[in-house]
Amino acid sequence: METTNILLAGVGGQGVLLASQIFTSVAIEADLDVKQSEVHGMSQRGGSVTSHVRFGDKVFSPTIDPGEADFLIGFERLETLRNIHCLKPGGTIIYNTMRINPSSVASGVAEYPDDVAEQIAAFGEKTYAIDGLGLGQQAGNPRSANVVMVGAVSSFLSLSEALWEAKIRELLPPKLVDLNLKAFHLGREAVARK
Amino acid sequence: MRQKKAILSGNEAIARGVWEAGVRLASGYPGTPSTEILENVKNYKDIYSEWAPNEKVALEVGIGSSIAGARTLVAMKHVGINVAADPLFTFSYTGVKGGLILVSADDPAMHSSQNEQDNRNYGRFAKIPVIEPSDSQECKDFVATALDLSEQFDTPVMYRTTTRTSHSKSMVTLGERQKQSGKIELEKNMPKYTMLPVSAKRRHPLVEERIVKLKEYAETTPLNRIEYHDTKIGVITNGISYQYVREALPEASVLKLGLTYPLPGNKIKEFAAKVEQLIIVEEGDPFFEEQVKAMGVAVAHGKDLFPFTGEFSVAFIRNQIGGIAIELKDAVADLPGRPPAFCPGCSHRGIFTILKKLKVFVSGDIGCYTLGALPPISAMHSCICMGASISMGHGIAKVVEQSDDLSQKVVSVIGDSTFFHSGMTSLLNSIYNKSNSVAMILDNRTTGMTGGQENPGSGRTLDGEEAISADIPALVKAFGIKNVVKIDPYNLVDIEEKMKAALASDEMVVVVVEAPCVLRYRISHPPLKVDREKCTGCKQCLKVSCNALSLEGQGDDSFVVIDPNMCAGCGICAQVCKFDAIGA
Repeated sequence: METTNILLAGVGGQGVLLASQIFTSVAIEADLDVKQSEVHGMSQRGGSVTSHVRFGDKVFSPTIDPGEADFLIGFERLETLRNIHCLKPGGTIIYNTMRINPSSVASGVAEYPDDVAEQIAAFGEKTYAIDGLGLGQQAGNPRSANVVMVGAVSSFLSLSEALWEAKIRELLPPKLVDLNLKAFHLGREAVARK
Repeated sequence: MRQKKAILSGNEAIARGVWEAGVRLASGYPGTPSTEILENVKNYKDIYSEWAPNEKVALEVGIGSSIAGARTLVAMKHVGINVAADPLFTFSYTGVKGGLILVSADDPAMHSSQNEQDNRNYGRFAKIPVIEPSDSQECKDFVATALDLSEQFDTPVMYRTTTRTSHSKSMVTLGERQKQSGKIELEKNMPKYTMLPVSAKRRHPLVEERIVKLKEYAETTPLNRIEYHDTKIGVITNGISYQYVREALPEASVLKLGLTYPLPGNKIKEFAAKVEQLIIVEEGDPFFEEQVKAMGVAVAHGKDLFPFTGEFSVAFIRNQIGGIAIELKDAVADLPGRPPAFCPGCSHRGIFTILKKLKVFVSGDIGCYTLGALPPISAMHSCICMGASISMGHGIAKVVEQSDDLSQKVVSVIGDSTFFHSGMTSLLNSIYNKSNSVAMILDNRTTGMTGGQENPGSGRTLDGEEAISADIPALVKAFGIKNVVKIDPYNLVDIEEKMKAALASDEMVVVVVEAPCVLRYRISHPPLKVDREKCTGCKQCLKVSCNALSLEGQGDDSFVVIDPNMCAGCGICAQVCKFDAIGA
């Protein structure tokens, strides 16, 4: 299998790393070679976070170069746009339309662009905009928006639904499993409808 | 039987390797990208592990354990090795009894560091071997090899990772714990372990002989591996760069160095003779390149193509060697940045709001509070290394002319963990030498920036057991400092009044701020609300740089809103509001 490159981009605290963990463990269960890379440190303080997930027959580098991502998974719209150059020509963008103000915007130093969605759409790739926050709320907790995004991406990957469900059961605390399975399916359906 | 496999980060894999290799004691000080090594070692109950207050202490604890015969791990970030360099250079002379590996987690590209020094240089400088893994499997496996090497050659071994090997995850086949090899017994061997000139003079020649023997070992060890493919291009590389090279240039022959000091001269010459073009791909300094050139080997490309700065990648290597110019789309320009900021509710916010208002020079230090240097707060004017704030502030105060102009006065700011690390000696120096500077110790009872680790003030050890909680005001008073002032960091009036009084004093004043980290200890109060009728959209509250606040609406109709999911109810924004628009 050719290497699949998934770039996840969001804001510290959005659960980007848990989402990455679901991707990597599903790929391992499918007997693929997997590498994942992220940079911790200052990310907890509301900074930008990216995580690189790569799987295939043999993976060398743990990072995805600009122009090499098959999927760009944006957990917030500005972070999606910030990483859009990482997408491969013909790649797929799946992003959560929610907005989180960076400190520079919150403090009035910079402005949050009005046309983020238009700029993403104008990139000319396959783009799926998802109300992750709304669907997370519908699932029972807006914090499950990260698993909504995992669900959305899952419908593009040829890995069985049961496998995804099994890993969500394994990785989440028992009392949050049902809520997150619901979030996963809401994400999956949101893409299927488009 | 199917072998047990797991996906581990390099740091998790090192912890596993340490357990498998029979290590008995582990010590270190938190620092990105090394922190998770000890956080994972602590989960293996066969190993005694602890956080030391600084890296020098951590290595000294490790040396003691090694001399007693135990296999030992000491872990720190690259700049921590500078702190531990004093014991390291002489430990190179004494050698070990139980094997000891010293992890140096380097940070090319400075994801979370103040410099990007290449610690392979320490290998040559301290005359000790350096081992570098390139993925998580090697992070685990090389630990046992490094400990064997340490015992066989009677030397500490530097175990160098970089951020990408430390923090990337890949598949690891797991093993079981070996029985501890060495016997724990105190051996009184003055000529080996007591470095007076008389004994050190006898040890130094042994160190030089050891390097010669290690060069022979380097020729045959499987740590250094040649992979012959097409011989048009031959690449010498190490660590994470090996992974980039294999993906970028699958046809190239590769000499992968796992023992990166001392180098295998014959192997390098043999490899160079078989390939048409020898290229050296190494992040950081031309460490291999200079040595290979000194061997008389022709190097076609090295630092002419691969910079001293930052990290490499697959595309970069393809572009530099492969001649494959990749058409890259540029990142979208001029998007508002998203730098890290003080958390909503953080006790540092009010302190820096007032320091900015007072217009003093802030001599800073390393921790979350260094974020006070970033806009819109922009109230930290120097930061060099752990513990430097107070000593630098003292130096500044000694030469700046006395005046009432606050912009010419200095306030040193340091956190609790950094104070315990190396701020205590600075403070002792200040009071001893009659400083009239002001030092603030922001005590939030944790090592915050690295994710909230325990320290001598937090009341717990690495494994969560109850411990002392060092009393900073009592410690400061014991140094002979009479003026110890406590401030409530959530009361701006209190901060301003007490800081003004401290700055007017003729004597040294230490201001202690005791407020636990809101992130680590999950402290939150009911969120505040903005009264739309009263808010004029003046943006004064936005200057405290809190991500829970944002401006809505346009021009004269603009107003501030507070995100109830983020607000921790600390009240700093309410105190700067001139229109009493923010409340419960």
